[in-house]
Amino acid sequence: MPVDAATVRRIAHLARIAVAEDEVAHLQGELNAILAFVEQLSEVDVQGVEPMTSVMPMKMKMRPDVVTEGDMADRILSNAPASDGGFFLVPKVVE
Amino acid sequence: MNELTSLTLADARDGLRQKRFSADELTAAHLAAMEQARALNAFVLETPERAREMAKACDARLARGEAGPLEGIPLAVKDMFCTAGIRSTACSRILRDFVPTYESTVTANLWRDGAVLIGKTNCDEFAMGSSNETSCFGSVISPWRPRGANTPLTPGGSSGGSAAAVAARLCLGATGTDTGGSIRQPAALTGTVGMKPTYGRCSRWGIVAFASSLDQAGPFARTVRDAAILLRSMAGPDPKDATCADLPVPDYEQAVGRSVKGLRIGVPKEYRLDGMPAEIETLWQQGGEWLRNAGAELVEVSLPHTRYALPAYYIVCPAEASSNLARYDGVRYGLRVEGGDINAMYEATRAAGFGREVRRRVMIGTYVLSAGYYDAYYLRAQKVRTLIKQDFEQVFARGIDAILTPATPSAAFALGEKSGSDPIEMYLNDVFTVTVNMAGLPGLAVPAGLDARGLPLGLQLIGRPFDEATLFSLGHVIEQAAGHFAPERWW
Repeated sequence: MPVDAATVRRIAHLARIAVAEDEVAHLQGELNAILAFVEQLSEVDVQGVEPMTSVMPMKMKMRPDVVTEGDMADRILSNAPASDGGFFLVPKVVE
Repeated sequence: MNELTSLTLADARDGLRQKRFSADELTAAHLAAMEQARALNAFVLETPERAREMAKACDARLARGEAGPLEGIPLAVKDMFCTAGIRSTACSRILRDFVPTYESTVTANLWRDGAVLIGKTNCDEFAMGSSNETSCFGSVISPWRPRGANTPLTPGGSSGGSAAAVAARLCLGATGTDTGGSIRQPAALTGTVGMKPTYGRCSRWGIVAFASSLDQAGPFARTVRDAAILLRSMAGPDPKDATCADLPVPDYEQAVGRSVKGLRIGVPKEYRLDGMPAEIETLWQQGGEWLRNAGAELVEVSLPHTRYALPAYYIVCPAEASSNLARYDGVRYGLRVEGGDINAMYEATRAAGFGREVRRRVMIGTYVLSAGYYDAYYLRAQKVRTLIKQDFEQVFARGIDAILTPATPSAAFALGEKSGSDPIEMYLNDVFTVTVNMAGLPGLAVPAGLDARGLPLGLQLIGRPFDEATLFSLGHVIEQAAGHFAPERWW
């Protein structure tokens, strides 16, 4: 299932990656090369096969429902590009 | 190169305990070697001050007779591991200034046992690559050169810096991460030993997430024994990682030198590829011969879905990567490039912060998970993955103890040789290693010989789940027969 230029632009937007118009053709070629490569999977008979959900069988671990960590707002914000008064700052999202 | 940097990790450990030299001297020797090897670009951050501080504390503990299993051993850490207070970048522009306030479990285990950090090593960006060429810090140059030539070669990837640093004797061991072959392929290309443990053996907590169902941390070293010593310290249960196994970690060093008599070794016929260099085939047969001479029995086995592992991997892995890398949004950490509104900010940040290969994989992952395509791609790939795992289970159920394969389809290639417009050419490098990640099994790459140009070649041993110990026993037999391989110093 090769992708066209419009699909490349749509995927880029879904992935939140800005793509310049002159990159589209190149990206389209690369994505189609990968999609053509994985196309071989269509010849495998997967009738009745369970999709893998966990590569090693293991029980989900349980822990007591208590606070184990906290009170570290400064540490959490220490790498933020923009913060103010204990909050992350983002461009305005609500008019 | 001096005497102290030529020691094995095991010999250095014993020498420190016998007070033949101090941790400070051992660290100083490696810091000097690291400084003189900058031409290799193996390190993205040198931490000499931290190293000297740690070594001093080691000497104090050694003097008090409180030495840990790795007391005073200088190690390098792949820049995929978060190290508290020390810049950790995944070799991506998007994390170029990231300084974690926490320590990954694996590295914390190493420091608990007394190891010394000398620096963070270069790797492919977010570990996406097989040649170390996608790093935002530039390529690592392999310490190996073809005989009589000075062509710069790749050390392999993604853990190229760790492999190069160990091969060039800049440290006694290093950590790596392996999602599709990123420890075993560079180990094979640099003549070092590399182990990808069973999924769940090492905690993934604090390691930059790439493809969470495939990622595992593991060691690089110059001998099988040294890799065994390192893995014992790195591995173990961790309440912070729900996929980390609650299993005791054996003393792997005890497995080194253990008899392999009577072990049944599977040789999968599907790993005999068309167009594979004759040298690889010969090496593979030679490896089988060595194991047979040591009393193991060789059995031809079949893993019929082998050829589908790589295409299935190139769906599962980008899908998980696109989901994991969604966190790099310019808000909480990392690079931020302003745009008109929040979406424009996200898009500009990610376009500027991610390199070409990462953008490509995030886009493929986004596509295969998108509405209308999920069943055709992702669900089918996960079913194929079940079949790949069943292939191995059936072989092990027949009483096979381990599987012997080549580690890579060729020796090291030149920088730039496979990084052209067709991404598949690079992906094919992982054809023998990727199956092991898909099935969650342990895999060990051991140096086994040199090709006609004098470049290292490795063999891979694949084990039963959580049976790394048998791989160390078998790997030691190959190592004993093949000998050790070191690059001639040119840097």
